[in-house]
Amino acid sequence: MYSFEPSDEQKMLINAVNRYATSDLRKAAHDAEENKALPPRVISKGWELGVLQASIPEAYSGFGERSAVTGALAAEELAFGDLAGALAVGIPGLFALPILLAGSEEQKKLYLPTIIEADWQPYTAALIEPSFDFDPNELKTTAKAEASHYVLTGGKTFVPFANQAQAMIVYARLEKGTKAFIVPMGAAGLKVGAEREKLMGLNAVPFFNVALEGVKVPLANLLPGDFAPILDSSRVAVAAMAIGVAKAAFEYSRDYAKDRDVFGVKVAQKQAIAFMLAEMMTEIEAIRLLVWEAAWAIDNKKEDASLRAYLAVTGASDMAMMVTDRAVQILGGHGYIREHPVELWMRNGRGFATFTGLAML
Amino acid sequence: MIDFEMPEKIAGTRLVVETVAVNMMRPVSRYFDEHEHEVPWDYINFMHTATRAMGGSSMVPSEKKEGPRFGFQRLAVMVEVLSWGDAGIYLCTPGGMLGSAAVSATGTPEQKERFLKRFRGETPVFDAMCMTEPQAGSDTSAIRATAVLDKEKKEWVLNGEKIFVTSGHKAMLDSEGFIVVWATIDPAAGRAGMRPFVVEARTAGCQVTKMEHKLGIRASDTVSILLQDCRVPFENLLGSPEVVTDKATTGFKGAMATFDATRPIVAAQAIGLARATLELLKEMLADRGVTIRYGLPRQKLTSVEKDVIEMEIQLRSAWWLVLKAVWMMDNGKPNSLESSMSKVRAGDVVNRITQKAVEIMGPLGYSREYLLEKWFRDAKISDIYEGTGQINRLVVARQILGYRSSELR
Repeated sequence: MYSFEPSDEQKMLINAVNRYATSDLRKAAHDAEENKALPPRVISKGWELGVLQASIPEAYSGFGERSAVTGALAAEELAFGDLAGALAVGIPGLFALPILLAGSEEQKKLYLPTIIEADWQPYTAALIEPSFDFDPNELKTTAKAEASHYVLTGGKTFVPFANQAQAMIVYARLEKGTKAFIVPMGAAGLKVGAEREKLMGLNAVPFFNVALEGVKVPLANLLPGDFAPILDSSRVAVAAMAIGVAKAAFEYSRDYAKDRDVFGVKVAQKQAIAFMLAEMMTEIEAIRLLVWEAAWAIDNKKEDASLRAYLAVTGASDMAMMVTDRAVQILGGHGYIREHPVELWMRNGRGFATFTGLAML
Repeated sequence: MIDFEMPEKIAGTRLVVETVAVNMMRPVSRYFDEHEHEVPWDYINFMHTATRAMGGSSMVPSEKKEGPRFGFQRLAVMVEVLSWGDAGIYLCTPGGMLGSAAVSATGTPEQKERFLKRFRGETPVFDAMCMTEPQAGSDTSAIRATAVLDKEKKEWVLNGEKIFVTSGHKAMLDSEGFIVVWATIDPAAGRAGMRPFVVEARTAGCQVTKMEHKLGIRASDTVSILLQDCRVPFENLLGSPEVVTDKATTGFKGAMATFDATRPIVAAQAIGLARATLELLKEMLADRGVTIRYGLPRQKLTSVEKDVIEMEIQLRSAWWLVLKAVWMMDNGKPNSLESSMSKVRAGDVVNRITQKAVEIMGPLGYSREYLLEKWFRDAKISDIYEGTGQINRLVVARQILGYRSSELR
């Protein structure tokens, strides 16, 4: 039966995450971007909200059950505060959730409790590759099976916290499809770039490129499950974050337009601006439902969940670009100045078509 | 709990309606497009018989019984499928439509019984809504039709001219139906003076004067109605007697409450047409060896693939907005924001999709051999009636900005 309202439990979670996002993440965002670092206490406080912990079953030291819908709701709120902060807080999930979704029982027992019971620690994942036609289903990084191990060869980019991570998931092409491998940080042939990557946005998160020069990992480090559910979940999480960023930009530009005088009235009283805001709101609402639909399809194991997740992230990245661009436009010259957050949101907004693999919730 | 599963009860209805759309609408789509003002009686009679057999009487959901309500959700799904069949013929569906929606939204229980029971009879009956006038479309406060109370005879005397009345001919001349006329009881009061009146077929002083020739939805009649000292009983003013003297904006609020219910339904019509277009486009492309490679990064897609994927995204997301608006309606949640957003979005989407489909198919899209060009013409009305896209943007903007109409004109 149709329902477009989160459960009471989900509403409580949304409220808690929203409080953290507005009072901690949002406040830290500007300086974090400029100084290229998030205060560690902000990250730990986000970790203590327990969003990831709540999606891991008790058997592996968590206290809940995986729900893509709940994850999407939390992801939107986190990104509403700040996208870099949202990604940073969720970094351990990049390692833990693929194991939960595609790992063997042994792998789950071996890795999940360690991550869940500890304070926030950087565990990461390497999916994106530095080529214009990067396709998660047609990776150029390869895995070759040998008698006692796999050999991973290739190059990755946009690997968050690679310099500090305890371990990472590396996605590589094994025979015909993408597979996930657990790679410990000290592995021979694994080379983390000497310098941080320089990106248009997300400067508060340290990103590195990673070279895999014949890295050998034991056969037991292959996650046996399919890649599709991992990709679908990441697409939905990224799409949900796009909504959070768009919502932030919409609300900020709406409030600015209501406050600023022009020709004897408020900017928002001009139809040219009011209609832009109406369209932004409509677009956000429509795409949010598309994202919820995809998350719901994942949770209910619908056959076309992958299609829905693909449509959701594609629609959400377009929507985020449109909304953040208009938010800058509504602020005019002020939108272009880094004192206001809308230009950062526009830089972040442009990235959603590229960010798949950077978030899992 | 968020749930995107269609309730079984609605899914059952949907299957039945789909059979009608495939077998009784599509085959005659082109015929009724090219024979404007002919009436699709086969469809009408079938729908009437079928609805009676199922114990229904009207497209408009009846009052609440026990348990969860999905009347408006069901209606939206039915309209989507019928409009997928043919948007013009769908508008000829007998039983309560916009007029009944006004009766349901603003009438007393006695009025609902009195005016709506006619739809349960032997023959198909229609209704219509009369708002627009030659000098007043979107600006409903400029409406000049008047209603004057004759206290001795306890009758209202209506005068004025209404235009663009959908199904007005069928309501007043082809059946014992009725129209709901919006007129003012106090021309100085603006919107506050507006009230809805029911005028039944064969009422003296009410005349159908013109049938329009239109860009699309040609199977549906659109007429002008002239009211000259047209007398209706006192009880034909919809709502409780106090609304006669109440100087607040209750009158117009009735119209707005009606729109909250009808806008998502008009949006559903747009979605059905958009889905029909996208499905046919994909079929025609597949016949010519073009399949859409969903899942690929955009850099690897062809321009046509990108267009189709974008259409898919627009269509689905707009449909969920529509369903959310009717779901709120069924659950008694205030939905005028969602209702207008669904209309804005669906009106945009159906126009973009039908325009793009004609463009992608080139000469085949422009040819009357195929239905794409017809659907492109049919689509445009969804962005015009029941509030243009611009009026609905105003409604949305005022709500999200917290502005009264005087603050955002």
